[in-house]
Amino acid sequence: MTKARQAGPLFGALLLVWILLHGSLQWQVVVVGVVVAAMIALLFSGAATPLHGFRRTQAGLRAAFGYLGYFFVELVRANLKLAVIILSPSLPIRPGIVKVRTRLTNPVARLLLANSITLTPGTLSVALEGEWLYVHWVTVVSDEVEEATAEIVAGFERYLEVMYG
Amino acid sequence: MAALLELTGAMLLVVGAFFLLLGGLGLVRMPDLFNRIQAGTKTTTLGTVLSLLGVALMEPQWGWKLLLIALFILFTNPISAQVLARSAHRTGEAKSCKTVVDRLEEDQQA
Repeated sequence: MTKARQAGPLFGALLLVWILLHGSLQWQVVVVGVVVAAMIALLFSGAATPLHGFRRTQAGLRAAFGYLGYFFVELVRANLKLAVIILSPSLPIRPGIVKVRTRLTNPVARLLLANSITLTPGTLSVALEGEWLYVHWVTVVSDEVEEATAEIVAGFERYLEVMYG
Repeated sequence: MAALLELTGAMLLVVGAFFLLLGGLGLVRMPDLFNRIQAGTKTTTLGTVLSLLGVALMEPQWGWKLLLIALFILFTNPISAQVLARSAHRTGEAKSCKTVVDRLEEDQQA
């Protein structure tokens, strides 16, 4: 039973991908999807999915939507900021690799954090070692751990902390 | 209504293409690999997602598949960028002379 419960999120994610890929809810499609997704999910029940360790509570769900909204706003801001840099004749960059700390312990939460950092204004995750994240920054504002963490990590961590506890 | 969707979709396609163009320009203008990855990753992600959204408005029946493509891109693009950056740093890829700090190198030498 515990194995089936562990496999649940992976099963759901696989089935969703399958149905989206077909773009239809015909019963043949759904049956094949259920069978194949169940087989894969049981074989790989330990694998991580975006739902692995997700807190399925109202607060977790609300944080997930907040995270998505924040993410897309940051993605657009990242592009506009980069557009300004690229189109400026003087190319105003001040690149460097800074070190920041994350409080997140869940591996999926850390993955989402690193991915989000890569897609947000001027930052790119380079390496993750334990609680330390090394981030390439196009316009280094501060190379102090605390200040860089507040600038780069805090915005996303706020949501991910609630989502993955 | 259909014409309006078509028009909005076409505009989104143009905006998406503009960001992709900026990405290409960024690849040429940025001084070193890390900055190039930055320019390449962010602009292609937003550019592709906007283009997909534009197509979704023009051809609504493709919507779910386009959403799936967008999800794949949103998940895989940053990962490939991170892997590239990490392996480049490990193999000692030259950094631009404008680089002000490199904590990763400092920590590896310590």
